[in-house]
Amino acid sequence: MDIFSDLGTPIVMGILLGGLYSLIALGLSIVFGVMKLINVAHGDLVILSSYIGFAFLSRFGVDPIISLVIGIPVLFGIGYFLQTFLLNRAFKISMEAPLIIAFGVSIVFQNAFQMAWSPMSRGLTTSYALNSFNLGGIHVPLIYLLDFVVAILVMLFLREFLRRTYLGKAINAASQDRGAAHLMGINTNRVYAFAFGLAMIFAAIAGVFLGLTFPFTPASGPSYLIIAFGVIVLGGMGNMLGTFIGGVIMGLAQTMGGYFLNATAQMLVAYVIVLIIMTVRPQGIFGR
Amino acid sequence: MPEEPILKVNNIDVYYSTLQALWDISFTVNKGEIVAIIGSNGSGKSTLLNTISGILHPSRGKIEFEGKEISRKDPFQIVSLGICQVPEGGRTFPNMTVLDNLIIGSYNSRARSLRDQNIKTVYEHFPRLEERKNQLAKTLSGGERQMLAISRGLMSNPKLMLFDEMSLGLSPIMVNELYKALREIRSRGITAILVEQNVRRSLKEADRAYIIEAGHIVLSGRAQELRGEEKVKKAYFGG
Repeated sequence: MDIFSDLGTPIVMGILLGGLYSLIALGLSIVFGVMKLINVAHGDLVILSSYIGFAFLSRFGVDPIISLVIGIPVLFGIGYFLQTFLLNRAFKISMEAPLIIAFGVSIVFQNAFQMAWSPMSRGLTTSYALNSFNLGGIHVPLIYLLDFVVAILVMLFLREFLRRTYLGKAINAASQDRGAAHLMGINTNRVYAFAFGLAMIFAAIAGVFLGLTFPFTPASGPSYLIIAFGVIVLGGMGNMLGTFIGGVIMGLAQTMGGYFLNATAQMLVAYVIVLIIMTVRPQGIFGR
Repeated sequence: MPEEPILKVNNIDVYYSTLQALWDISFTVNKGEIVAIIGSNGSGKSTLLNTISGILHPSRGKIEFEGKEISRKDPFQIVSLGICQVPEGGRTFPNMTVLDNLIIGSYNSRARSLRDQNIKTVYEHFPRLEERKNQLAKTLSGGERQMLAISRGLMSNPKLMLFDEMSLGLSPIMVNELYKALREIRSRGITAILVEQNVRRSLKEADRAYIIEAGHIVLSGRAQELRGEEKVKKAYFGG
């Protein structure tokens, strides 16, 4: 029974980590839900934000969260640009073209990161990123809690935005029936570009908090893409609660895997769970 | 009526990439009229509506709405000008509530300020929609979805409404209800183009009609006269 006495730590850490994972996956989920595109450059765009945070921290000593004031518009602009000038045109060519283009964007970014910041592992080391606090006998890194709170806030914001604004409803409508949305007077091209930009805003936030939590390298993008993909497969597409639950499951799978097996097996446990869900309930736990 | 027609279609050809679907189509619609466009499956009726809505563009000829040329405009611009299509099958947004479907109908800028007023009007036409306002559209029956589609169109504050096969697959009772609503809509000053396979009923409700066959207009005239026409009787009433 002794093995269960310290279970508290990996459980709490897993849930909090799940918040970060669902935040990372949120942008991917939006793009897939609205445009039916798996943006394989998503992980790299998240890491772009981590690097922007790093640049502001190392060059100007500016806190990475503050640097989001610049980082968010930059990523929104990149997203809007990508959708309008690259992906939009790629959609007209074929179903696969946007996927290939996104793959190319991913490679470009990874190499650009390496050229600008070398292959060295980087981290956003601020004073609070190293603190931890005590939760009923469990030592929890402060940054994990911060990640979790931010993730909840962002998801609540998105939910209200989609529910209450015309643009939010238009994004919802266009994702269900693009042609009908068109006939309702919605400029679907612009709505798609905005949805992509919105996904990038969330990627920007995710990138900064990711960088505060874990070290990253130019090649980190695809690793987080895979995690984000797992989150979405578990939770079901286009469902915010699903994305959150999916993230928590991924986080728990990782921490419990590390606790019961070893550090190497962490991700393996998470991926095995994803495979099981894909087989048993492919539309995800909350999917339709 | 010495007034200019609200819609003028002049000699348009329409292609689906290299496949021609419409040949030299011309017709007019006057303000306040109900005009029926009748033809069998594949005759080009939906193509014609989609061209007016801006989803397709004519390769030749032009379309004028209230005197302004709209042949090359995007669908969302055409909705802003006051033309709204109720597409075949309604195509309501299945995972949005009845109310949200109505709200999204008022997306264009002209319609937003009149939204709450229009919602009240819609509920007067179709009280059943008010009962179901928080239900997801996919839980409605076929007839209710069609009511919702028509209402959603009304929310855009249209001057001209295009109905693509409004009565398709619905019971006679439901069809009656829909046509009753159509008459109420007309009495509010809205012009309507009906595309129908149900020849008998549409000739009863329309003022004028055009018969379309394989992408060509083959006959036109006042609905009453067409009902008596030998050709129409033979082709569509099996007479």
